[in-house]
Parts: sequence; structure tokens; C-alpha cells
Amino acid sequence: MERFLRNSLTLARKEWISLLRDAFMLGFVVYSFTVSVYSQATGISHDLRNAAIAIVDEDRSTLSQRLASAFREPEFQAPAMIGHAEVDQAMDSARFTFVLDIPPGFEADVLAGRGPALQLLIDATAMMQAGIGAGTIQGVVDDEVGRFVRRGAEGAVAPVALQVRIAYNEALDTKWFTGTMSVVSNITMLAVLLAGAALIREREHGTLEHLLVMPVRPAEIMAAKVLANGAVILVMTLVALYGVLRALLSVPLAGSVPLFLAGTALYLFFATALGIFLGTVARSMPQMGLLFILIVLPMNMLSGGFTPLESEPPWLQAAMQLSPSTHFVAFAQAILFRGAGFDVVWPRFAATAGIGALFFAWSLARFRRHLASFR
Amino acid sequence: MTPAALATTDAVSTNAVSLAGLRHRYGATVALEDATLDIPAGASVAVIGPDGVGKSTLLGLIATAKRVQEGRIRVLGTDVTDRHGRDLLQPRIAFMPQGLGRNLYAELSVEENLQFFGRLFELDAARRRQRIDALLAATGLAPFPDRPAGKLSGGMKQKLGLCCALLHDPDLLILDEPTTGVDPLSRRQFWELIARIRAGRPGMTVLVATSYMDEAERFERVVMMNAGRLLADDTPAALKARHGVSDLEEAFIALLPDEARRGHERLVVPPRPADRDGAEPAIEARGLTRRFGDFTAVSDVSFRIGRGEIFGFLGSNGCGKTTTMKMLTGLLPATAGEARLFGRPLDANDRDGRRRVGYMAQAFSLYGELTVRQNLDLHARLFDLPDPAARLAGLVGRFGLVPYLDAVADRLPLGVRQRLSLAVAVLHEPELLILDEPTSGVDPVARDQFWRDLIALSRGQGVTIFVSTHFMNEAARCDRIAFMNAGRVIAAGPPDELRRQQQAETLDDAFIGFMRQEEALPLPPGERVGVMGMQGGKSRENLATPSPLPNPLLGGERGSLVSRRRLLAYAWRETLELRRDPVRLTVALLGTVLLMLVFGFGITMDVQDLTFAVLNHDRTPESRAYVEQYDGSRTFLATPPAADARDLALRLQRGEAALTVEIPEGFGRDLRRGRTPEVAVRIDGAMPFRAETIQGYVAGIHQRFIAEAAARAGVALPAGAAGLEMRYRYNQAFRSLDAMVPSTIGLLLVFIPAILAALGVVREKELGSITNLYVTPVTRLEFLLGKQLPYVGLASFNLLLMIVLAVTLFGVPVKGSLVGLLLGGLVYVAATTALGLLISVFTATQTAAVFGTAIVTMLPATQFSGMMQPVSTLEGGARLIGTLFPTTHFLKVSIGAFTKGLAFPELLPFILATAAFVPVLLALGVAFLPKQER
Repeated sequence: MERFLRNSLTLARKEWISLLRDAFMLGFVVYSFTVSVYSQATGISHDLRNAAIAIVDEDRSTLSQRLASAFREPEFQAPAMIGHAEVDQAMDSARFTFVLDIPPGFEADVLAGRGPALQLLIDATAMMQAGIGAGTIQGVVDDEVGRFVRRGAEGAVAPVALQVRIAYNEALDTKWFTGTMSVVSNITMLAVLLAGAALIREREHGTLEHLLVMPVRPAEIMAAKVLANGAVILVMTLVALYGVLRALLSVPLAGSVPLFLAGTALYLFFATALGIFLGTVARSMPQMGLLFILIVLPMNMLSGGFTPLESEPPWLQAAMQLSPSTHFVAFAQAILFRGAGFDVVWPRFAATAGIGALFFAWSLARFRRHLASFR
Repeated sequence: MTPAALATTDAVSTNAVSLAGLRHRYGATVALEDATLDIPAGASVAVIGPDGVGKSTLLGLIATAKRVQEGRIRVLGTDVTDRHGRDLLQPRIAFMPQGLGRNLYAELSVEENLQFFGRLFELDAARRRQRIDALLAATGLAPFPDRPAGKLSGGMKQKLGLCCALLHDPDLLILDEPTTGVDPLSRRQFWELIARIRAGRPGMTVLVATSYMDEAERFERVVMMNAGRLLADDTPAALKARHGVSDLEEAFIALLPDEARRGHERLVVPPRPADRDGAEPAIEARGLTRRFGDFTAVSDVSFRIGRGEIFGFLGSNGCGKTTTMKMLTGLLPATAGEARLFGRPLDANDRDGRRRVGYMAQAFSLYGELTVRQNLDLHARLFDLPDPAARLAGLVGRFGLVPYLDAVADRLPLGVRQRLSLAVAVLHEPELLILDEPTSGVDPVARDQFWRDLIALSRGQGVTIFVSTHFMNEAARCDRIAFMNAGRVIAAGPPDELRRQQQAETLDDAFIGFMRQEEALPLPPGERVGVMGMQGGKSRENLATPSPLPNPLLGGERGSLVSRRRLLAYAWRETLELRRDPVRLTVALLGTVLLMLVFGFGITMDVQDLTFAVLNHDRTPESRAYVEQYDGSRTFLATPPAADARDLALRLQRGEAALTVEIPEGFGRDLRRGRTPEVAVRIDGAMPFRAETIQGYVAGIHQRFIAEAAARAGVALPAGAAGLEMRYRYNQAFRSLDAMVPSTIGLLLVFIPAILAALGVVREKELGSITNLYVTPVTRLEFLLGKQLPYVGLASFNLLLMIVLAVTLFGVPVKGSLVGLLLGGLVYVAATTALGLLISVFTATQTAAVFGTAIVTMLPATQFSGMMQPVSTLEGGARLIGTLFPTTHFLKVSIGAFTKGLAFPELLPFILATAAFVPVLLALGVAFLPKQER
């Protein structure tokens, strides 16, 4: 046992030196946990921003002009005034997501209390924007029309009041979510990639074979790779959590960071073992890349870090429970957003560790066979 | 080229090659220094020198594969820096780069390789047939037209390479180390073949580089090179006479500058003390056999190596030397037979047994990125040496590594690296050293130094040394040697004894003698023996009847921009290779479909099946009616009611509920009395997009309850001043799939085809066959278009598959013009594969091509092309990237045809916009693809 640890540590030290000398890989790791996280967090916004809207004004009244000027930045671009005839072509070519049609005599009908209706055409192929935008436009129209008829702020009192509070992210700041989830998904990607690349590099350079003629066991070689690459990822995770999420994106990191790191360490056993497994299957780095696209990318996308797990078909949800990445995403969200403690996340930890250990053992068996079949 | 043009260019000079003041450097490294040389037409010239002295650079420059940096080269009277001149020159020269089968295509058969080269030189079908048959007969390859080039023995690969080079009957034949790693018999046959071809065509100039100095004896002239300089240029006899030596290697050493030669003296091997013979042998192998599948790499090999003996193993690449050595180190289990080390049976799992053996693998296999000190230290730790510091200090002194201690191993000169490998191999003071071709590529002086170390180990410390080599003069230094051929030991004994047995003058001749003798024996029944994929040794090669080579004519259309034949040659070859590579083929055929399933099922903007938990403090019919609104909704899924406030909070924290609803005490009473009770809803905001949607649903449910309550009470609620009637166009049900599926098709058709197209080109760069683009008449456009064509076909097939999947599995019908969608898809994949080709021009390795292309295509396709955010909302750089990326325009075609139901005329502008990318991307690719190596 002592010899196992000593040899693994010696080999892990070698992995670190190798990584430090590999400027490309090192740069890629650093990029993935800093620039990439920041740009993903600030790049994709689920908020309504800069939406393209056109208005067909058939009323040409004071109210219709007020409505037009009510669509302001940053949610909307300045509305384009178009004619009826242009509507189809403009929407077909996706120039506008929304077209608001103000019918003739609208202002008069409002003042007369006839309750006229505006028509809002929504390009429903732009799912995300269409959904959020429709609600926002409804609010703008209600406000503007209400102000116009000077009804005062109060309508009739509703019989039941609704108090809605958004827990954990009151302002619904999407940066928190996308930033944190990109750290989580990059942990998976980089752990698989680093461990797989480390194995393939050794095989291509013939150094793996060289190790095998020394008094070193396959388990020690694999343990060293898991340890060395896992440690690198853990350190970079810390950098991403504090340096990018908290310092640059002001994400509050609700829960205990040590708890999250402990869970990540458990998960890394699985992720690096998966990398080594792929490294034994792929004959070369390019093949590794192709396998990565076919296996790791889907696993990552279906784990619940991009879109809610419950939106997947039931059979897929059940299947994804077998992947530690699903549990990793779940406990990452629980700890980092909801401030959950060990008492809450332990079943996820147990699943991650259990499935991870099984996979690790299987991967090690495969790695042994792989070394034996060497020619 | 017209005969008249030929005549005028030839008339300029009688020299086939003429160099003046040629210099070439790679970064800071000088590869060639002031080379000046004339080679008369019709001559045969050998360039000799160890690895890395600039031979390949010199030959590459003459063959027009490399761009001239400084100096002047005229080849066959043409200045090679003139592009037009090169175009006319290339059909007249042939170049075989260094490395076994380097310019061949391993997956293609012998016949297919030849057909490909024939088409590159625009020979028509009849002439190709005639030339190929003649050359196959002359080289003895005729019986194996269908064997893949990768499965040929080294000697046969080189013969095939020669056939490919001679197909267009060149005036200048340039061969870079054609016989390195080839067995002696095949080597001899190769040179005999060259001699015969020269005899049949006296005008042809032959220029050859070799590191076997003895081979150069057959050439009219020898050019000696060292450290980028030409040391001498004369006949072999004159060179030897000038220095009063008997062979060219000694002449070469005599020519070296003093400092390179310092300390060099003739190597003397002291005789081995006789008293050790009685002891247990260090190695005893009996009937050792190794099969890989139905291929026998090592067949029934037996030998004994005494303690302290230097035992040499000789044979060509792939004859089984390495496999035998690996079996003795325990790296590879034997299929049959037995090996004993120091009298004990070999056990691969015996870790302590490994301490008695030191192994040095064929290539440098230490950690190149570690320094010398780190490498030594790593091994000292792994071997658990008791006093590592003292041992290391002694070693670095003995092997002269002190000046290099902190240098990174990869940057060391080859000779020093080999010494480091040896130092590592003997670090733990093993009693047996197994060294697999330790000196290949090392210059003669460093080689002698290395051997001096070996002799000291053997004679001084009694270490047994088992060494393989392909240098005959090294073999002569061994106590005993074994000749190995096609997996068998064909002879073993002291070198002088073996020569005597064959009455041969040199060991080389003795080896050939034994090979011929072996060949005369019948094959054991049912056994297929050979070198990694069959060896020429057993194939009766027809050398007796040289057939006259037909006189070729340079054919083909001239003057047109693109030669259809050459273009199709590349397309045909790419298709064949793809068909024979299972991983790439699987990704190409099914990658998009698999990912489409993942995206279609996994990536959805629909928010559904939302779990909720209720804490009802009231328990009146009114509060139950409120909760029923949630229960009755298809969007929400009930979980058991919460016991108390703490439980409710915990549900949210655990993620068991996406929202919680808390109804206050007295809800029913307050409602009845019009006192406006307040329901508290908490939504999990972890996923903001989902929370926002839930918020909308909650407001809707709340309104519905109010409306129903009011209706029950008979109260009219005040109507709003104006209504807003929403019409979701194109996708009334507002179904995520209807929007996602058409976008996914656009995304996947850029991602995977671009990666595959990029790999196709970069593979050639890595494998070295890109040289064929440099030295043959194929143009860059023909090359790129030829490479692109198969991928356009594959991607179109993928497009069809995905459309079928969309309609059948996902239920997203094509509401608009199917023709428009198909046409748009076709031009789109032409654009995306062209994008992949453009990226490949800038990447050097396949790894970089895969990851680089993935990043370059994924980012703009997902973020700037309208998949997530409509392009109309983008600003500045993002908008520009979006507009200049083909996916943006194809998405309009795809969404238009699928969801928006647009007819062909309405799709046409988008199709045209997509199509505009094809010529632009291809033109950029052609502009940046170098037609010569730098």
C-alpha cells in the first residue's frame, strides 16, 4: 500500500511536469475555466434584450404613437413602422420577432370603453424570445393604455392577492445560472479530455510501454493519472468559482464551497476514468475527439445543466440517472444556488461515488487488458 | 508541354541539377549552409551522411517540395523559383520522400495506389494499364495487386513507391533513403532494379540519399554531408583513396571537422573472458512463437545468450526482432514456447524480476518534456534505489550527461538522447540489457561512443547485452549474432563463423546467402509466415526477365483551370480511404443522426412536468379549490403536501419541488368576507429561464381562480381597457421541437461535415502524403475540390436522413418547399465542407483540426446564427459574425421550409446567400494552401 501511494505520487508529479510543459493544453485548461466561463455567462442571455419589433399603425392616433414610443431599450430595438403588405415578407425572413398591429379607430374605441383588441404577431420559431417577449409586450400595452385613459393606478381590487417570490436568485440574473453551469460542464469536458489525452500521449510516445518494464503496476499508472488530472481540475474549479463567478460575475455562491469541492472530487473519479476508458478505445487523438463528440457531448447536454431534466422524455430521464454527470449537476445546483448542506445532497453524493467506483473498476480492468494487448 | 519547349529548356544546360549558394533554415536551426553542386544529366549520385544533416532538405528543395529560401536551383534547366517553370517541370521529375511508404496510401491496394498516381499525371486508362502492368512485372509486385499498401513488407512498399514514381517516366528520379529499414536482400534487389531501369533509360538522372554508407559504393558519384554542409563530392574510389581508408564510413569520419571527431579512434572489442560460459545462461528461448490473429510475427525462435555476452539481432523492419524482445521483457506474452531468464521461467507479473533487466525501446521512449535530471529522478524513484543521489551522480558523469542535466530531453541531440536512454536502462544496475535498435539514426562517431559504453558494461561489469541493429558493422562487434527474417532465426553464431559458412566477404552477403537458402525450403503446411503483413522473402519476385518499359507520352488536357481527371482521382481516393476507416465512417454516416436524437429529445425550451408542493394552513373548500387549479393543470405535477414551513422550504432546496404554494390560515374566511387573503408562491430561481416561465403559469392559474370564483359569486370583474390578442405564427402550439429540429439540422450540418473535411486534409499533412500535392502537377483547387466532393455527398446523405427523422420521429413536417430545402441543404454542405477545408489549411495536426474546427463552427453556429437569439437582436461584432457565417442563412432556409411553410421563390434569396459562401471559402482555401513546403 505504501509503495502504491509512493509510486502513484511519483508518477503524478511527472504528469504535472508534463502538463506544465504542454503550453497548448495548459492554455486550453486555463481558458476553459476563465475566459470561456465569463464569455458564456455574459454571452447567452435568456433575458429579453434588443428584440426586433415592428408596428403596423392603422390608427395613427396619439395613443398609437405613445404605444410605439413605449418600446424602449434595452428590451426592444426602436420599433420599425411598416405597412400591412410588408408583414409576411418581414416575418418570413426573420427581420422581426414581433409585429404589433394597431387597428383603425383603436384610440376612439379605448376612450369609448369598447375594449378593442390589438393583434400581436409572434414568430414562434424563435422560442426563447417569443415566450418571454409576449409577456413583456402585454405589460407594456397594459401600462400605456392604462396611463392614457388616466384611470389611476388602482383597478378594481382583486379578491385574492398573489405574492410570488423567486427563491435563490431574486433578480433572475441569468449570468448566475449560465456561469455556474458552464463551470460544471467544463469540469466534465476537461477532466475527460485531460485524462484521455495523457494516456494517448504516453502511448504515442512509447513511454507507457517503458513504464511497464519497470516495477510499476497498471493500477498505479491509472491512479496517478486520475490523481494528477483530477487535482488540476479541482484547483482550476476554485479559480473559476472565486476568480470568475464571485469576483467578476458577482454570483453569491450560496452554499458551502468545500462541500461542493468534495462532491466534485468524487465526480472526478468517474470523469477521469471515463477519459482513460476513451483513451483505450481511441487509437489516436483525432479519434478521441470524434468519440468525445459522440459520447461526452451528449452526456453533458442531457445532464440537466442546459435545459431542465424534467423536460426530457421519461425513458431518457431514467437512463440519465445512471450517469454520474446528472447527479453532479443536481448537487452542484443544490449547493451553489440553494445553499443545500450535506444532509440534503448526500444521496446524490452516494450515487456519484457508487456509479463512479463501478465505472472506475471497469475502466481499470479495461486499462489492464489494454496494456496486456499491447504490441 | 510541347516537345519544342522541352528542347529549349534542356538546351540551357547539360546539368540535370545545378545548385548555387543554397541556404535553408528552420527557425533558428540551419539545415543547409551554402550548398553548391552540379549534377550532370544521366548521372547517378548518392548523398550520404547521418540523420539530420540536411540530406532530406536538399532533396526536398531539388524536388520542388520545399520553397527555396536563399540561393539558386536549376533543375533540368528550369529555375524552380519560377511558378510557371515548376508547373512544366513537375511532370518530368519523381520524388520518393523518406520513410517506408511515406507517399503511399496505406489503406489503398497496390493497384489503387498506382491508378491514383497515374491519374495525377493524367495518363489515360489505356496508358495507365500498360505502364502499371509493365512496372508491376519488373518489380515482382504483379502477384499482389489487391494487397493494401500498409500490409506490404518494407521492401515491397519501397518497390511500390518506386513504381508510383516511375509511372510517368521522369527524367529525374529523387529517392530519399529508399532502403532504410529494409532487409538486405530486398535492399540489394531494389538497387538492382534501379540499375536495370537506368540501363533501359540512360538519360534518366538518379539522385539518392542514404544513411547506409556502404550502399553508396554503387553510385558514380558520392556527395558527403555533415551539419548542413557538403563535405565532399567525388567518385567513391577517389574518396577512399584520398584518405587511405577501405570503406566510405571511415572516409566520412576522416572528413569530419576536428572537434566532431575528437576522441574518436578505432573501436576495439576486447575478447570475452571464457570462464563465464559454464554458468547458467542469461537468456534461454525455446520455440518462442507469437501470433497476432492469423499472422505469425515470431515463429519458433530458439537461442541462448550466455552471461556477459553481447548478442546481436539482425533483420529488417518488422521481421520480428521487436516482438521477440518484447516477449523477453514480459511486455508481450508468448503464444507458444518458453523463455527463461537466469534459469527462471519468465513471469510478466514478477515485478522484482524486472529489476534484473534494463530495456531500451526502439524509439526514444523517455519523457521528452522532462529534463534529463527529472527523467533520471523519476526512474530512480520508481526503482526505489537505496541511495539515488550517489547513483545518479556516478551515471551522469560516466555517460557525459553533466552539461545537459537541466535540458529538456526533446531538445537534446539524438546521440545524447540515446545515451540518456542507456543511462536510464542501466540505472538500477540490471544484469541484462535488452536494447532495440539503440543506434538507428545516430551519426557514426556517436554510435562508436555508444558502443564503447556497451563494451565497458559487458566486459567491465559482466552485463549481458542483447541488442538489435540493422547496421552490419555493428553486428560485427557482437560476440554472437542471429539473422532474423520473416519471424524466424535463419542463422546464429559468431559473425566470422557465419561469413565462413556462406563463404561471403561481408556479413551483408552472408545474410543474403542465408535468406536465399531459407527461401529454397518449403513452407510449413498451413502456416502463413511473414513480416508484419507478409514479406517479400517468400514471394518469388521475378527479377530474371526485365521487361522493357514502354515509352510514355505526357498526356492530358493543358491550359484548362481544373483537370477533371486529377480532381476525380482525389475524390475517388478519399472515398476509398473513408470507406476503410470505421471510426470516421461511423461518425460521417451516423454522427449527425445520433446528435439529432440527443438534441431533439434533450434540448427543449418547453417547461413542463413542474413539481409543486402545497402547504395549506386553511383547509376550507375555498383553499382546496385554489389548489385544484394546480392539480388540474397539465403543466404541474403534485407532490405530497408539506407538513410544515420547514418541510416546504426543504422541498425547494432539495429540488424536489420547482415551486411551493403556501395558503394562509383563514384563506376561505377572508375570501368570503372580501378581505383579500394572500397566497405565497416561491419559485426555484436556480434556472432563471424556467423560473420566468413558471411565473407566467402561476399568474395565469391565479387569474383563472379569480375568474372562476367571481363567476360562482356572480360578480363581474372590471374589463381591461384594451385586449392584446396574441397570434403565434408558424408554430401555433408553440412547440419547442418545431423550432429546434430545423435549427439542429443546420447546426449539425456545419459541425460534423466541417470536422471530417478538415481531418481529410490534415491527415495527409500528418502522414506525409501531402508531398504528392507539392511535387505532382495537381493544382490546389483540384486537390481541395477532390477532397471536398466525398464529404459533400456524405453530408447530403445526412441531410436526407435528418429530414426523414424530423418528419417521422419528431413529427415536424416540411410545410414549405421540399425542393428548396434540399437545394439549400446541398449548397449549405458545400459551404460547410469548404469551411472545414479552409480551417485545415491553418492546422498542422489532426488533433488541432478536430478541436479547432469544433470551436470555430460551434460558437458562431449556436450563438450568432439565430439558433438561440434571433440575429435581428445581435449588435456589433456578433451581428457581423452572424451575417458572415453560412449557418445564419441556411437556418432561414431550414426554418422557412419546415416551419414557416415558405414556397421555393420565397426561399430562393436565402439559398443564394448560402451559395455565395462556397466560392469565397474555396478561394480563400486555395489562396492560403501552400503548394510547397516552407
